[in-house]
Amino acid sequence: MREGLLRRVSEDPPVAAVDLREAEDPDLLEISSGMGLALSLDEMRAIKEEFGRPLTDVELQTFGQTWSEHCIHKTFRGAVETDSGTVESLLKTYIAKATKDLAKPWCFSVFEDNAGLIDFDKGHVIAAKVETHNHPSAIEPFGGAATGVGGVIRDILGVWGEPIAVSDVLCFGPLDIKYSELAPGIKHPRYIYKGVVAGVGSYGNNMGIPNVNGAVLFDRNYTGNVVVYCGCFGILPKDKYVRQTKEGDLAVLVGGRTGRDGIHGVTFASTDLPEDSEGLRSAVQIPNPLVEERLRRAVIRIRDGCMASGITDLGGGGISCATGEMASRSGLGLTVELDGVKLKETGMAPWEIWVSESQERMLLSIPPKNLDRVACIFDGEDLEWCVLGKFNNTKRLRATYKGVTVCDLGLDFLYNPPKLKRRAKKVETISRPLSLEEPDDLPSEILGLLADPNVRSREGVVRTYDHEVRGCTVVKPVQGQSGSHNDAAVIKPLKDSWMGAVISCGINPFYPDPYWMAACSLEEALRNNIAVGGRRVAILDNFVWGNPEKEDRMWSLLRACEACYDFAKAFGTPFISGKDSLYNESPMGPVRPTLLITGVGIIPDVRKAVTSDLKAAGDPVYLLGTTKEEVCGSAYLRSKGIEGGEWPRVDPAVSRRIMEALTAAIDSGIVAACHDLSDGGLGVAAAEMVIGSDPGLGMSLDLGRGIILTGRDDYALFSESAGRFLVEVKAGHEGDFEAAFTGLPARRIGEVQKEGALRITGLRGKEHILERAELARAWRGG
Amino acid sequence: MMDLRKAKACILRVGGTNCDAEVKAALEDLGLRSDILHMDWLEKGKLSEYQLLVFPGGFSYGDYVRAGAVWGKKVLTKMRRDLERFVEEGRLVMGICNGFQVLVEAGMLPGDEGAFSPTPKAVLANNSSARYECRWVFLRGEGSHTPFARRAGKGEILRVPIGHGEGRFLAESDKAVQDLIRSNRVVFRYAKPSGEPAEGTYPFNPNGSVYDIAAICNRAGNVMGMMPHPERAFFGWQTIGYGNSQGYGDGRKIFEGIVDHIRSL
Repeated sequence: MREGLLRRVSEDPPVAAVDLREAEDPDLLEISSGMGLALSLDEMRAIKEEFGRPLTDVELQTFGQTWSEHCIHKTFRGAVETDSGTVESLLKTYIAKATKDLAKPWCFSVFEDNAGLIDFDKGHVIAAKVETHNHPSAIEPFGGAATGVGGVIRDILGVWGEPIAVSDVLCFGPLDIKYSELAPGIKHPRYIYKGVVAGVGSYGNNMGIPNVNGAVLFDRNYTGNVVVYCGCFGILPKDKYVRQTKEGDLAVLVGGRTGRDGIHGVTFASTDLPEDSEGLRSAVQIPNPLVEERLRRAVIRIRDGCMASGITDLGGGGISCATGEMASRSGLGLTVELDGVKLKETGMAPWEIWVSESQERMLLSIPPKNLDRVACIFDGEDLEWCVLGKFNNTKRLRATYKGVTVCDLGLDFLYNPPKLKRRAKKVETISRPLSLEEPDDLPSEILGLLADPNVRSREGVVRTYDHEVRGCTVVKPVQGQSGSHNDAAVIKPLKDSWMGAVISCGINPFYPDPYWMAACSLEEALRNNIAVGGRRVAILDNFVWGNPEKEDRMWSLLRACEACYDFAKAFGTPFISGKDSLYNESPMGPVRPTLLITGVGIIPDVRKAVTSDLKAAGDPVYLLGTTKEEVCGSAYLRSKGIEGGEWPRVDPAVSRRIMEALTAAIDSGIVAACHDLSDGGLGVAAAEMVIGSDPGLGMSLDLGRGIILTGRDDYALFSESAGRFLVEVKAGHEGDFEAAFTGLPARRIGEVQKEGALRITGLRGKEHILERAELARAWRGG
Repeated sequence: MMDLRKAKACILRVGGTNCDAEVKAALEDLGLRSDILHMDWLEKGKLSEYQLLVFPGGFSYGDYVRAGAVWGKKVLTKMRRDLERFVEEGRLVMGICNGFQVLVEAGMLPGDEGAFSPTPKAVLANNSSARYECRWVFLRGEGSHTPFARRAGKGEILRVPIGHGEGRFLAESDKAVQDLIRSNRVVFRYAKPSGEPAEGTYPFNPNGSVYDIAAICNRAGNVMGMMPHPERAFFGWQTIGYGNSQGYGDGRKIFEGIVDHIRSL
């Protein structure tokens, strides 16, 4: 940095100041990068213009944190210019707009707080939040993934929710990739995979929160950009949701100690991952679930005793963001005395204490009269705590350390960053012709697909997560002795209510068109939810994209957002919370645009929930939904390394009616088993049902005429057309079931059979038999 | 005959305990009032108010050193005398999962030498699969004369889930295992769906325990530890896909045994 720009203004505590007034544009950029602020020239200029005085390092760091992509989502809130006009904000124009247009009365709090809140039963609401922790997991897989889980659990505590379940969706590079194919600085996917799975499992298991839903994907593209989504779901009595911090209330920090781990986590998440990323290890936090377990008990006791006026978690930006947000949202100000903060090590500079993202910390606002009772609870749970300061009416965020004022910023300016403008350039996704001979040997195609890394059993991951702790898990992620998969999880959170919360997800990053990729992910999340008996589904969006400053990435992001609006509206399912992770670029290129949609539904009576295992020989089996030659991006073509053809599209009108009819059938008690058709299509879904059951399944593709719109057996079996289910109906109820689907694409294509095998009769009458043992062997990997 | 309404259970917890609430839900469903108490704040003499003491599952103190080791030692320093009396009076002590590990680490199980052996005489070692496992297992009642098995007698098959990384029961010696068997203190063994003992076959024996041991009790039968979680298979709705979704699950039988015993006092 140029001589004279940075001046030391205090030795003890060590504080430096920068006089931006003398700084030219190159200086501004140098200051931004030299101090790790990750702010743009426009943003640095805005700060320069605002202040007629030098700024301390603590103040500049505050801007770096608060204005980071991670904290304020400036791309989603900013404008996007395209050749055909300007979109004012992706969030307001699409995501939140869908929710606003739908105006569901059961949405209790959306896009406001740390998590979305929707009505449940007996005066309770369900809280839901899904986060990403990609960059930390790329560098330190165990710690990065564990703190991802820890962080999202605190988001639920941060709305006074008692955590009832966690979920995780993970995307890795191929586990068998050669070291020679890795770019410098990229860790081998096997190392990342082992660490991430262990980290996710360790945190949830130690906290005693069941991990009930998720997915694991593999693709070369994720080699340089591991993707780790962590979700948490909680419950709270509606009247215990308190968010009214008042002047005079005390800001109380509680939980883990503050250290040098997790410094600049958010600014590092807001840039591409460099080659020498190993040097950024200090940006990754260190997990300690034991502290968070005690924190959970304390927070819930304080909630139930109505002792606090507000709460928020310390995540990105640490104390600086948590205090600023709480003061700003309450229209108040706060002077923080950093002296009381319990530290992991001595010699920390004030700015380090201020922005450290050390884990397991929460900020509460406590009316002074309740402090003794709150302290008693903290002490009783063996938690360290301190009073940071008292909320005042100044609308300023001040901080002092050892008597020196190190920060003094107006909150209005701090929380109104310059609006960003990004450009998107149209990139058309063109479907290319497909040339693929129809294979002769269908059984070996099915077995090959079952063994595909993206299809095969997830038992090796799922069973290392406790999905039964809390004793509230009704429909489990794995089913039966051979661990077949269910489509969604059902949790029964309340003792005196039969209502269940239904958790599902949808993710289809391999369909090349961003619009239809997003549409299919949304529809899949709903379909999975409906399959076990869920309805009234709310959804969460998590975008993992490349650098938004690049116009093609911005275009695909825009298209995906358009689909989110269109299909949320069409299905009547509101977004309640979301989070974007941009700048997922590494020396091996940008991440494949990856949208995760998480569904949170309800089921009025958990005893009516449906699992995917076949129940009784003689029961008829129905295929619902239309099968087209939509194989582009399918597991089938990818396993052959072939591109081309049409990708799946969603027909929301038909799909929605199928879902409604299926829900009615489930409620009437005539559905014995149900499985959604996704990766690998009908062939894989049928095989999975057989693998997880005692009986077997016989089906004839020819019986699907009229809804199976292809003349090829392989396409009929492996197309990934959206909106389809395979349903076992209790024998004797065929008439009722068929009546419910009048005018909809539904055909009886087979029945449950006694022998534990999958029998498929092809479109031209050829019969194939696969024994359960061989299906299971392929699927479970020998 | 004791009036159940006058009886009470104490469910202990420390930092890292996390299965206390579901144990309470199970006991209270059967009409046995239950208090969840933090061990650090347990007053001297307080234990005498209770007929049942439960060490529930979790990761007490992070399970550092060995699962249950830290809590096991803390039990000795914090409440040894009260607990000794509790056991000698024949009151019931139950350890589930981490609680079983604690009872072993504290020397209360296998329980050959009074309430506490001077050093641990068994261990719950790392699963032979070398990883944490969450799955449903089949348990076979072994006809042990303990109140905990009153409703799950010899040959009875129970379906309950396990969830642990350190559950492989190992005793000091072959002789010690033989002694457990001879003295009828093996309460449950892991079994195949047919009801035959698992004989070490994975995943029916999910952790590699010697003699497929899933649960044991002391000589008097009033101290029992088990790795599986009966509280997670108590209500029918917890067993969907693994039993009958209506009514109750098999885990309830163990708690019924407790309540029967307390009523008979």
